[in-house]
Amino acid sequence: MKVLNYLFRIGVLFQVLLLISCNHNNTGDISSKQTIPDLVDYNFHIRPILSDKCFACHGPDVNQRKADLRLDTEEGAFSALKDYDEDRFAFVSGKPHESEAYIKMSSQDTSEMMPPPKFNVKVTEYEIKLVKKWIEQGAEYKPHWAFVPPVKAELPTVTDKEWATNEIDYFILNKVEGMGLTPNERADKARLLKRVAFDLIGLPPTLEMQEAFMNDNSEQAYEKVIDELMANVHYGEKMAVHWLDVARYADSHGYQDDGLRTMWPWRDWVIHAFNENYSYDKFLTWQLAGDLLPEKNIEALLATGFNRNHKITQEGGVIDEEYRIEYVTDRTNTFGKAFLGLTFECAKCHDHKYDPILQKDYYSTFAFFDKVPEKGLFGTIDANFADPPNMTIDDELISNLLTFINKKDTASVNVMVMQDSVGIRETHILDRGNYDAKGQIVSFNTPEAILKYDTINFEKNRLGLAKWLLSDEHPLTSRVFVNRIWQEFFGRGIVKSVGDFGMQGDLPTHPELLDWLAVDFRENDWDIKRLIKKIVMSSTYTQSSVIEKIKLEKDPENIYLSRMHRTRLNAEMVRDQVLANSGLLNREIGGPSVKPYQPDGLWAAATSGRGLLKAYIQDHGDDLYRRGIYTFIKRTVPPPVMLTFDASNRDQCEVRRLTTSTPLQALIMLNNPTVLEAARVLAERLDEEGLQNDGKISKAFNLIICREAKEKEKSLLLQYYNERLLEYEANPEEAKKFIDVGEYPPKENRNDVTVAALMQVIHTIYNMEEAITKS
Amino acid sequence: MEKEFLENKLNVNRRHFLGKMAMGVGSAALGSLLLPNLLKGTGGAGDELPLGIKHFASKAKRVIMLFQNGAPSQLESFDYKPTLNKMYGQDLPASIRGDQRLTGMTADQDKFPLVGSKFGFNQYGKSGTWVSDLFPNIAKITDDICVVKTMHTEAINHDPALTFIQTGSQQGNRPSMGAWLSYGLGSENKNLPSFCVLLSRGRGNGQGVYSKLWTNGFLDSNHQGVQFSASEDPVLYLNNPDGIDMQSRKKMLDHLASLNEMGYQEFGDPEIHAKIQQYEMAYRMQTAVPEITDISKEPDRIIKMYGADSMQPGTYASNCLLARKLSEGGVRFVQLYHQGWDQHGNLVGEMPKQAEDVDRASAALITDLKQRGLLDETLVIWGGEFGRTNYCQGKLTDGNYGRDHHPRCYSIWMAGGGVKAGMSYGETDEFGYNIVKDPVHVHDLQATIMHLMGMDHEKLIYKYQGRRFRLTDVHGKVVKDIVA
Repeated sequence: MKVLNYLFRIGVLFQVLLLISCNHNNTGDISSKQTIPDLVDYNFHIRPILSDKCFACHGPDVNQRKADLRLDTEEGAFSALKDYDEDRFAFVSGKPHESEAYIKMSSQDTSEMMPPPKFNVKVTEYEIKLVKKWIEQGAEYKPHWAFVPPVKAELPTVTDKEWATNEIDYFILNKVEGMGLTPNERADKARLLKRVAFDLIGLPPTLEMQEAFMNDNSEQAYEKVIDELMANVHYGEKMAVHWLDVARYADSHGYQDDGLRTMWPWRDWVIHAFNENYSYDKFLTWQLAGDLLPEKNIEALLATGFNRNHKITQEGGVIDEEYRIEYVTDRTNTFGKAFLGLTFECAKCHDHKYDPILQKDYYSTFAFFDKVPEKGLFGTIDANFADPPNMTIDDELISNLLTFINKKDTASVNVMVMQDSVGIRETHILDRGNYDAKGQIVSFNTPEAILKYDTINFEKNRLGLAKWLLSDEHPLTSRVFVNRIWQEFFGRGIVKSVGDFGMQGDLPTHPELLDWLAVDFRENDWDIKRLIKKIVMSSTYTQSSVIEKIKLEKDPENIYLSRMHRTRLNAEMVRDQVLANSGLLNREIGGPSVKPYQPDGLWAAATSGRGLLKAYIQDHGDDLYRRGIYTFIKRTVPPPVMLTFDASNRDQCEVRRLTTSTPLQALIMLNNPTVLEAARVLAERLDEEGLQNDGKISKAFNLIICREAKEKEKSLLLQYYNERLLEYEANPEEAKKFIDVGEYPPKENRNDVTVAALMQVIHTIYNMEEAITKS
Repeated sequence: MEKEFLENKLNVNRRHFLGKMAMGVGSAALGSLLLPNLLKGTGGAGDELPLGIKHFASKAKRVIMLFQNGAPSQLESFDYKPTLNKMYGQDLPASIRGDQRLTGMTADQDKFPLVGSKFGFNQYGKSGTWVSDLFPNIAKITDDICVVKTMHTEAINHDPALTFIQTGSQQGNRPSMGAWLSYGLGSENKNLPSFCVLLSRGRGNGQGVYSKLWTNGFLDSNHQGVQFSASEDPVLYLNNPDGIDMQSRKKMLDHLASLNEMGYQEFGDPEIHAKIQQYEMAYRMQTAVPEITDISKEPDRIIKMYGADSMQPGTYASNCLLARKLSEGGVRFVQLYHQGWDQHGNLVGEMPKQAEDVDRASAALITDLKQRGLLDETLVIWGGEFGRTNYCQGKLTDGNYGRDHHPRCYSIWMAGGGVKAGMSYGETDEFGYNIVKDPVHVHDLQATIMHLMGMDHEKLIYKYQGRRFRLTDVHGKVVKDIVA
């Protein structure tokens, strides 16, 4: 019955979505010029208004509730108002002018109006009209979509069935057609190959791959490439980057003196887990509770490092308990964001203002992470790279069990892991979140509004918590993960606010698709590669990214995916493509993080002078050319190039990176020795190959842009090459200076002048917008 | 009304920009550098202010924050407490200490021996402001500054306290004050970043600084503080590589623009034009930044005023001079950090050196701004993250002492930008331990700074992941009494 009801609602939702104008994007973009939909829906129209404008005082937080009125539940909204002698109600079905909430919202009287002017939050005229119509249509409340378990809907109908490759396409095309648009053509093969290579392994396709794909005219050509890429050892590295953001992985402790830590074997495990295609339920369970499995499992124990990646202080004089609580808080918040996609942290100091998470729920969840025998301040900066509890990884363990760890010497390495000490301490509600304001004692539990914690089947520890997340009825776990994977490939989630599925979050642009994928993922054993293959095989994904004017007007943000997004490469990929295309890339996997070129003095300028990380000691040789994922992250001074390209500073769990475009990025591409050295090395290599000048340029273009240069491009670059050649022939000293960059040994007997001219052309190609864009 | 007006404006801008680009004009202003959300619709949408719109008129246009990192002692600088000298060596009365929590460094001490300033104090200026002998130059400008003696904070350790005063939150990755103001007020000079950071180190016991102190947090990354360094590259990767001069660079950029324009013709993606613009701005920065960081053209008179150190890049004095130049050039927020103020022990040995390094240049900056007629529109703030205890940390010896962290009261000073000049605000008790009149919480200071900049701290809001964020969280009151 419930399911049927839900299906009906989803059906309604769907019609409603079609009626909303194209730039619908939660409440933010709704402006007064918009027309009122024929059918006003609670979830899609009304709740965003009530949540944003009313719940702070009339929502779940009992301590902040005014006039004893609660608008986030149907019961509360239709109860008689306490402030009136006669029977008055916030909402009266069908009668806006008897609905006090409507009267107050639309009032011009500053002593009457809601919200009161002092809150600086106003209900717009458009929103008032929506509320009015909703009341007229019956003022029907519905449960928040994200807290109702997903159900696989029937595939929607589409006109152009030929276009659809798989299920995804039905959901997408149905709306595209509803918008009066048609999808883009399939992307050209070269662009598609570059896109899918970066998306699956984070590296550009090699010339051999390009050639093979271009020449393969069979129907399976694309699928073959996908299978190859997904079996490639670099797939795990690409997939790991996002997870390291979620898990706030770093190579230093993060506070103040910011000493060294050795969590990198955990990072090697993440790469391994993706490469081996561990199912998401295993991936999740091991990280949350690998220490609590029925049978002892060393690899799963290592995976629990996930919950020890938070920052740890080494500042002398801190209050131990204050920081211990901080660590447990970080784990709890990370759990909320990473797995539930909720702003759990809001309930640390008070009941959540928008979502049904009580402060008591927060600390009941907190309890799962609160039983670790640990200290807020354990030791001094020079001695402690892995505060207990930890595990020691030595050569024997690596040769027998943990073969994926790339340990470089014979010294053993310690990694922080989780451990519970039963009965170590009671967990209290902390008043206002203060470590020393202990309130009521709480026991293991989770917010009931999401899903009741089954105390018979779920252990009262983190293992039970993992089972709770993975139960079939859980409304969030699968949706949240699937949505983030979607974001990885399309640049934005189906729910744009990937970290907030709550009342204040963005609504899904394609709710049935999200649910379909979520259920399909769970039903197919949480198989990550399968999910990804479905995405990259879809016609939606393989469209070209050309932006027609009409689409820019009708759907500027490309919410409806009638074209593929053009997206800039992420920070790691920008580095990796420069190294890969020049042939410099060191393809070694895993191991301790490395320190490539970095401007002098950055660490030294900020340090207190204590610890191993007080000054940046750059690596040499092969270590200069490792992938971006292995660049050493000192949290207080993160690698500047990475940060400029929007990488996370790994301070706390992050589920989404912004993509910005700034002049500092231009300066990096223009003047960073990493880019210049790559241009030099590639120039040296090509200059020797005995090609004509235009052949050298074409080949460089092919390598970097991953497609044939067009005639116009070729002639422009050739002309530029000739200009430079003349210039450098006249000033060979300038040529010498220009090519003297980077530690990679120069080729013997090189021709400085031709290398310099070619290097400058290559450097220009590296700076093309398309070089660092998936188009 | 206001919000609707702003939203409308936002939409007009968006249409305007997209329209321009659709016509293929390669002049889409600064593209997503300055108006990222207009172009891409990323970020928080709903509550965003178009950049450069103030809530109300104000005098101050720019801020220079002279942050004294490590927490200078108020008892040896601006909060004169002769009682401590009289009661030398006596235990801090329990009634005064109350329930103040202590750091791990002094929590186990069984005695808390009071100790007064080893350095003399005098009153200066028409205002009769008390200043210790360690700051003779600041003493000369007391009629231009407002000393606040009743700052107080919540944290008792450096990292959380620094993070708190800079971002309004002890933990977390929230935007720094400079980022907020850059976001709220935009840039005055399109060739320079709107938020710049300068680091220096003194001779006293130091605490590190962290880039999260100048982070953009959830705001767009063009609001991130750009660290200027004393090296050849004042901004990272600013200089052309060897063998490339500006003329040759210009040629490359022209070719690059043509290539990118071909990309635009194929894809019609507005981002490509934004990229072209960013390369142009990078090129302009390459000229503008070295010009502004070049102090060699400063007259002797100015060098003398800031002190000989100002010729030495990377010193506090040099950074003060640079701060003036950047601010004069339109940089919205210049943030200095000077390390070395953490005198747990050997205060008597270290503090004079610390003071010597900052006293002359801090005062010179005020005088310099005043002489240029810029002080009115430039708000200068001098101070640290908390105060220091009135009792000695560790054993009190004859000649020396140290002081632990103290969050309940400390002194800062402010000048220019619409702050009342020549006054002291607030009073602490005779022990210099508790505030007895006019407390100023860190959030109050932040609210006041924003007020002076023409922003209502309750209205400068950014909605991120469903929640509205402010620099002052849900707290903060403007200290009206110090606003001129």
